[in-house]
Amino acid sequence: MREFVSKKVKDIQPSGIRKFFDLVLGMEDVISLGVGEPDFITPWVIREAGIYSLEQGFTSYTSNKGLYKLRLSISRFLKSRYNLEYSADDEILVTVGVSEGLDLALRAILEPQDKVLIPSPAYVSYGPITELAGGIPVYIDTRSTAFKLTPALLKKYIDKKTKAIILNYPHNPTGISYRKEELEELKKIILENKLLCISDEIYGELTYDFEHTPFSTLKGTKDFTLYLNGFSKAYAMTGWRIGFICGPEAIISAMTKIHQYTIMCVPITSQMAACEALHGGKPYVEEMKKEYRRRLQYVLERLRNIDLEYVEPQGAFYVFVSVKKTGLSGMELASRLLKKEKVAVVPGDAFGKQYLDYIRISYATSFENLKEAFDRIENFLK
Amino acid sequence: MDEILEILEKDARITPDEIAKMLKKSPQRIREVIKKYEKEGVILKYKTVINKNLLKGINTEEVWALIEVNVAPQKDVGFDKIAERIYSFPEVVSCYLVSGTYDLLLVVKGKDLHTVASFVAEKLAPLENVKGTTTHFLLKKYKEDGIILKHKEDDKRIAISY
Repeated sequence: MREFVSKKVKDIQPSGIRKFFDLVLGMEDVISLGVGEPDFITPWVIREAGIYSLEQGFTSYTSNKGLYKLRLSISRFLKSRYNLEYSADDEILVTVGVSEGLDLALRAILEPQDKVLIPSPAYVSYGPITELAGGIPVYIDTRSTAFKLTPALLKKYIDKKTKAIILNYPHNPTGISYRKEELEELKKIILENKLLCISDEIYGELTYDFEHTPFSTLKGTKDFTLYLNGFSKAYAMTGWRIGFICGPEAIISAMTKIHQYTIMCVPITSQMAACEALHGGKPYVEEMKKEYRRRLQYVLERLRNIDLEYVEPQGAFYVFVSVKKTGLSGMELASRLLKKEKVAVVPGDAFGKQYLDYIRISYATSFENLKEAFDRIENFLK
Repeated sequence: MDEILEILEKDARITPDEIAKMLKKSPQRIREVIKKYEKEGVILKYKTVINKNLLKGINTEEVWALIEVNVAPQKDVGFDKIAERIYSFPEVVSCYLVSGTYDLLLVVKGKDLHTVASFVAEKLAPLENVKGTTTHFLLKKYKEDGIILKHKEDDKRIAISY
């Protein structure tokens, strides 16, 4: 038989925890702390706007970059929320979630063998999409610095072939984030080395202890930053698949080229709903954020009581927990916990092969579920 | 509003210990604050929301009505005095003073049509300051106090994802 699958794709390692995922999906009545999306349903005002747009007959293509009125809303939102200036005309592209935005960004900028820095643990797609775009992912292990990228650490990994860095804060899977002062320090090195900062800030609105600072609000960074955000996490709109990317006109226009030939445009229903999210969604975001914060504090307190170690998160809805003390690997613990107590968590090695001693706990689930899940975990560890 | 109240308003069964964990405060402190609210009457009551739509076959029949009441306000006390005379009847579940074409809006509950009808005819309408009433019997309840009266929806998300 002729081999049709390309070497490039074959070389991408399938995730080692796929089997574990299948096990979870095959089981019933599992309390899952393994979900990477909000447990809230999209607020009704937003859903209703989507439905209304269908009733009105909005079923066509839109401009490649996205509806102008949505780009304008995004532009105004960024201005009023963060004093961030991006022009609706040529500095904003509406994408099928941040995932597409990242893929476009990497494909638009990478020459073969260009290196992309990825602080790790990291969201699962960063490495593979870098490879697919012809680049080389360079993982920066952040275990020794409490999962935070530091200037010293960053410096060590930069060489002549380094073209970009993918920052993600608040971070999946650790929940850590950066204050403005910390970003300023990183900025110096990024600018000195003329790197492109691809800043995935999808969890930005879910920052609990301080104000979120978009990287491109720092002085002098705008030409060196792609700012990625979307509606999935803040507005609980994961299934609508809609996000956006902002940056220098030249890169946005390069990405638009790829986007127009591959995606054409984001579904119009999602775009219409997203307009409403920016228009009337704020109170719901605040409400959900409050709830996440309470859950976070509850979860941390429960973790302290069972004596498992973690780095205190500042955002998103995850805690990355070290299970070293239990003598089990993250995968072993996750498998046994699932079989014995029907609680699902994600083994740490999903986010990089070094993170065998960790699990990711998501608190995007109801308080009742969290309570029950932690009672079971406590029981399991006895 | 105090976050303790926000939490209890949504779920009165959450314990002070659990609230303490959520808000990073001592359980002792939370208990004190709740006691204080109870004493001041800020927290009036804890109750359970029952979806009686689901209690088919069991004898839970009751009849609900919204009653618009036109009243003549009294000197010095305005509507308050007459409202008190009306809301003191146990049949009256809720009583609001409203703007518009009538003055008081009542929610009234009785075990059958006859009970509600006779409440209106014999107790409410004859009151001295009541000038007129309009009774609307409820046919179906869809949502009450912010709660949609349906089965709890299942989680539609896939059980595990990045």
